Order: sequence, then structure tokens, then C-alpha cells
Amino acid sequence: MDSEAAKYIGAGIAIGLGAIGPALGEGNIAARTMEAIGRNPEASGKISPLMFVAMAITESTGIYALVVALIILFA
Amino acid sequence: MELSISLSPEILFYIGSWPISNTFFWSFFITLFLVVGAIIFRLRLKLIPGKFQSAMEMLIDGAFDFMTSITGDEKKTKKVFPLIFTMFFFVLFCNLLTFIPGQAAVTLKTAGGAVPLFRAVMADYSMVFLMTIVGVLVMQIVTIATVGPLGYIGKFFNFKGPLNFFLGIMDLIGEIAKVISLSFRLFGNMFAGEVLGAVMLFLLPFIVPLPFSFLGILTAVVQPFVFSVLTLVFISMASENPAPEEEPLAVPAK
Repeated sequence: MDSEAAKYIGAGIAIGLGAIGPALGEGNIAARTMEAIGRNPEASGKISPLMFVAMAITESTGIYALVVALIILFA
Repeated sequence: MELSISLSPEILFYIGSWPISNTFFWSFFITLFLVVGAIIFRLRLKLIPGKFQSAMEMLIDGAFDFMTSITGDEKKTKKVFPLIFTMFFFVLFCNLLTFIPGQAAVTLKTAGGAVPLFRAVMADYSMVFLMTIVGVLVMQIVTIATVGPLGYIGKFFNFKGPLNFFLGIMDLIGEIAKVISLSFRLFGNMFAGEVLGAVMLFLLPFIVPLPFSFLGILTAVVQPFVFSVLTLVFISMASENPAPEEEPLAVPAK
């Protein structure tokens, strides 16, 4: 296996495994937000910005994996 | 495959031996525009606001109230507001300006081939890193100002017991990790947006990239918000007197 092929495989594994955690986390956040809004629809204006912040923070581990994969590929 | 994606910004030209990259070029003009706009706006402030002034006042008032709900103290907010809001506004502006159609087509001929004149500013790691460093330095200064220099050192090097010592070292690592986590979040999102757009445009032009472009606009607004809110949360955590360590995500309890 030459190093070019190893690079592509490594990048694929990095982002593939790294995407699992944030996916579960974001799904969980969205589900809980829906639940909360369903229980108290008037509070949706206050809940949704918090949801976006929480999602963006949860997403960050996935973004780290993505950055690693991009560095493997392009740098 | 002819995707041209590079992690580092392209260099346009040199002034002396100082390279001018396209992100530097672009951010210089954005800064100039914002500063001149702010000065003109300041000179034309009226007691009875016009349409634009009302809109700006509403925006700033809303931001101020939101930040007060995080810091929980109007005095603190007044001190930290200029920094945080400038960060937010600058990042937002840089991100949104990447969506001007056609700008990616403007290229400049250099020694290394044709180079795009504009590049998303936040997709340059050095820019994001610099902003994060400013934020983290402010956090350290605020901590020193609240607990004093001795308390600051004592926070990291605690000799009361093996567990305390270990926790102090972990705190030290945590401070350094803040730089990486804050900056990688913003950089990764913006750079990923650029790469995603390029790849989609390469695979199937015109229709397929549209939803991704919409997603990009969403990220372009949410990420500056998250970046500035997190910086604010860290700063306001640092300004609280010796409190038990908490995870930063106890965000605004309104």
C-alpha cells in the first residue's frame, strides 16, 4: 500500500468514526428540544437559540475529526 | 480531479519580504469598511433616530440584554461588551461577505499561477487563532484581577494534597485546551463549509450546491454567535470569585 492510499483511508476512518458521537449527541439535543417545546410552546423563542448553541458545541468534536481529516488530505 | 483546496491562504504579493495573503487583503478591507462605517455612523448619530439608527439601537440593545443575562451583572457587561460584540460583528461580517456571488471568480495572476483575490477570512487558521488568543488573554487578565496574582498561580499549582495538585495541573491543561477548542470550532466550521461548497460544485453544479449554500449561511450566523457567547461565558466564569469548577455549558439561565 503506498502512502497516498493510506492517506485516503486514514482520512476516511478519521471522519467516519469522529462523526458518530456528535450525530448521537445532536439527535439527542434535538429530541429533547422538541419535547420541551411540545410541553411548553410559548418558550420556543427562548429554547431554540440555546439549542443552536448546544448543538454547535456538541458538533465541535465532529469538527475536530473533520479538521484532522482535512489536514491529512490537503496539508 | 481538479479540486484546488489548500489549508493555508494563498499569497498574493510581497511588500518587501512580508507576504500579503488573500485573507489578509480581504480582512484589511473589511476592517477598513467597518471602521469607516462606524466613524460615519458615530458622526451622524441623532437624538431622534432615523430608520437605520433605530435598527442598530435595537440590535445593540438586544445584544446587551442577552449578554447581561449571561454575566448576570450590568457593570461587567459594560466592561466586556465592546470586545465581545466587536468579535461577533467582525466574524459575522467576514462570514456573510463570502456569500457575495461571483467574488470567487476574481483571480490575480502571480508567480504560482492564478490565485483567488478573496478567500473566506475565517477559513484562515491564523486569523481565528489570533482572535482566540485575545479572548483567552482577557480571561487570564480577568482571573488575575479577581483573585490576585498569588491566587492565580495557586489555582494551577496547589500543594495541599496529591489530588489537588493533580486537579491544578488539569486546570492548566484546560486553559491551553480552551485555545484549541475555541479556535478549531470556528475554523473547522468555516473551512468545512468552503470545502463542502467546492466539492458539491465540482460534483454537480447549479442545483445540488444550493441547499448546502443555505446550510452555509446558517453556520455563518450561528458560529460567530457561539464563538462570542463561549468567550463571554469563559470571561464571566473567570470574573466570579473562587467558585467550584463547572463545565462552561451552564449558559444563560434566563
